[in-house]
Amino acid sequence: MFPIVEARWLAPEVKLFRLRAPQIARKRQAGQFVIVRVHDHGERIPLTIADSDGDTITIIVQGVGKTTRLLNSLETGQAVPDVVGPLGRPSEINYFGTVVVIGGGLGTAIAYPTAKALKFVGNRVLSIIGARTRGLVILEQEMRAISDEVFVTTDDGSYGEKGFVTDRLRTLVSGDSPPDLVLAIGPIPMMRAVAEVTRPRGIKTVVSLNPIMVDGTGMCGGCRVVVGGKALFACVDGPEFDAHQVDFQILATRNAMYREAEQRALAELQAHAADPHVCRLTQSHPEILRSADSPT
Amino acid sequence: MTTSNPLPPKERMRIPRQRMPEQPAGERRENFAEVNLGLSAALAHQEALRCLHCKSHHCFTGCPVGVKIKDFIELILVGDFLGAAAKIREDNVLPAITGRVCPQEDQCEGCCILGKHGEPLAIGYLERFVADYERQTGQVGLPPKAPPTGKRVAIIGSGPAGLSAAGDLAQRGHQVTVLEALHEIGGVLIYGIPEFRLPKQIVHEEVENLRRLGIEFRTNVVVGRTVTVDELLGEEGYDAVFIATGAGLPVFLNIPGEHLCGVYSANEFLTRVNLMKANQFPAYDQPIYDCRGKAVAVIGGGNTAMDAVRTALRLGAQTATIVYRRSEVEMPARIEEVKHAREEGVQFLTLANPVAFLGDDRGWLTGLKCQRMTLGEPDKSGRRRPQPVPGSEFEIPAQVAVVAVGNQGNPLVQSTTPDLKTNPLGYIEADPDTLRTSKRGVFAGGDIVTGGATVILAMGAGRKAAQAIDEYLKNGKW
Repeated sequence: MFPIVEARWLAPEVKLFRLRAPQIARKRQAGQFVIVRVHDHGERIPLTIADSDGDTITIIVQGVGKTTRLLNSLETGQAVPDVVGPLGRPSEINYFGTVVVIGGGLGTAIAYPTAKALKFVGNRVLSIIGARTRGLVILEQEMRAISDEVFVTTDDGSYGEKGFVTDRLRTLVSGDSPPDLVLAIGPIPMMRAVAEVTRPRGIKTVVSLNPIMVDGTGMCGGCRVVVGGKALFACVDGPEFDAHQVDFQILATRNAMYREAEQRALAELQAHAADPHVCRLTQSHPEILRSADSPT
Repeated sequence: MTTSNPLPPKERMRIPRQRMPEQPAGERRENFAEVNLGLSAALAHQEALRCLHCKSHHCFTGCPVGVKIKDFIELILVGDFLGAAAKIREDNVLPAITGRVCPQEDQCEGCCILGKHGEPLAIGYLERFVADYERQTGQVGLPPKAPPTGKRVAIIGSGPAGLSAAGDLAQRGHQVTVLEALHEIGGVLIYGIPEFRLPKQIVHEEVENLRRLGIEFRTNVVVGRTVTVDELLGEEGYDAVFIATGAGLPVFLNIPGEHLCGVYSANEFLTRVNLMKANQFPAYDQPIYDCRGKAVAVIGGGNTAMDAVRTALRLGAQTATIVYRRSEVEMPARIEEVKHAREEGVQFLTLANPVAFLGDDRGWLTGLKCQRMTLGEPDKSGRRRPQPVPGSEFEIPAQVAVVAVGNQGNPLVQSTTPDLKTNPLGYIEADPDTLRTSKRGVFAGGDIVTGGATVILAMGAGRKAAQAIDEYLKNGKW
């Protein structure tokens, strides 16, 4: 059991958790992830470690499917049954010079630890936070604290600049001193668009991929991605790869493989949650209400 | 040892080998319940009567863990089934498991004198019978434990090699911790072998028996990531480490279209069903591609391929086909598995090798392009080498394909333990007798040393490691 020592909402459907996981906290480096399982019948899903402090790790979860929503229903004092990690290769942290860090939506939470590490070794960090709308901008203060400059873009113009992260990126790369490295983490279309902006200029660009995983140790091969024409396993060879080599189309197709099943699971969860009389959710998954410290 | 068998040898040889009661093929292909139902006490006694109690007892030498077969058969004859189980446990910590999944025909039964003139003694059935009898009575005869030695051993991996080493080391008085990367204990016994061959409840019970021996199990620990071998021997204070991580890195065919949706490694396909219970989706959250009414092709001819193809049938596949590049004679799968698969309706397409996966414009698998093969001269494995027949390409429809052509060594432990020698295939180099690696205090055995093999060979390696670790802990010599 991994006790939740802090749980708070950052935006609608986006929640931050600090979990007590001393072994993982001690080991984790920027760019690595954990795999969690929320209950006895649960699936295994990968989540990037956003930060660590002493005995705790921070994960930031966007509720999109059944598992992430169940996770987001947990509160301080409860616990996550299974957390394993840190998995994946750490980000390459070196002095590059000027680095543009792009976080789209929840991608900001995944980019944050690497941006922080890149800043720590002396890089000039320019951050672009992108979101659909103002309420979905997360970690702005945290990013400001570790960036030389922060740009916020929203699709609807409700905050920062109106437009996409690539609009701002184009300005940054077309100046006299283009960045030495671009790190882009977010939805697949965003990462693909970033790769196309930097490709003609030959700017090294790194993306963090989020394929479907099961074990996270290289055992199942379900997370294989095509990079430079070769099949690589995101869990052990990644999750970060050269954006100019990644086949984003294959990634997007494979990530949609279980869409029907995912929608069905979510619909059943919501049907249960909507029932005002009997909470069948807690009947089917009693452990999610079990307190981490209670003797049950 | 004298025998209480009342029959003279000639009469013993007249008794036919008892048949294993099974679920009918037509029924079992629809469910995940166990195929083999086990012998009754009467059948077991009848079978035990066939044993010749020969002096040479080749059966014993054919067993990778050295079970005293003649002795436990004798205890069955006198009706002491619990005693028989305890006798097996002296050498084999997982009898209910090996009684089900060992390739006895190549081991104990393959050495049985009865087999020279007829069918060998059904040693596997009898082992399973006494182990199940013991489980059902709840009186598991745990072997005695030596006084605590104060030495601590970390075992990496909770599959058959790790569990077997853990059992032997605990009996010798050492304090044993088993580290497992997944959230359940059992390794391949849990994620790899399907419920219909090895019910998971049996694995849980055997693990519980080991827990009662004082072994500590820790899930969710990936050695190489969560903790390193050097840390285990250093700040964590272990006196020895046994690496038993298995061969967990699937080999793909590296042919066009392997990324298509619907193409799985056997590891993933089986893990989704066996560990994650995707066959019970949505009661369990992890999904698997809905195989109902689909054509499923499984590439490979080993036990894993048979497990995958029979799993596909149970997931509702309309057709489930083994695609194998050699002929059936060369198939490495156990005869029983091939027979069971065929009875259940699995089709066999032999002397055929996939050269491409075919897909639609949505990125989903629609079929396999294969090539006819012919057998040439024997290769290193002694089997005739398959060679492509030029111009023989043909296509078969498939919406799901499972690649079951083997594994390589998972590199997580080796890559984070710089002074651990590996061979070019990524397996750890270990002395064949002592299982010592190039690193002091570190032993390795099972699939991570030999490459993909069987449960019992891994258990044999676990026993050998336990013996060598015990010696090292006693005399400190390397």
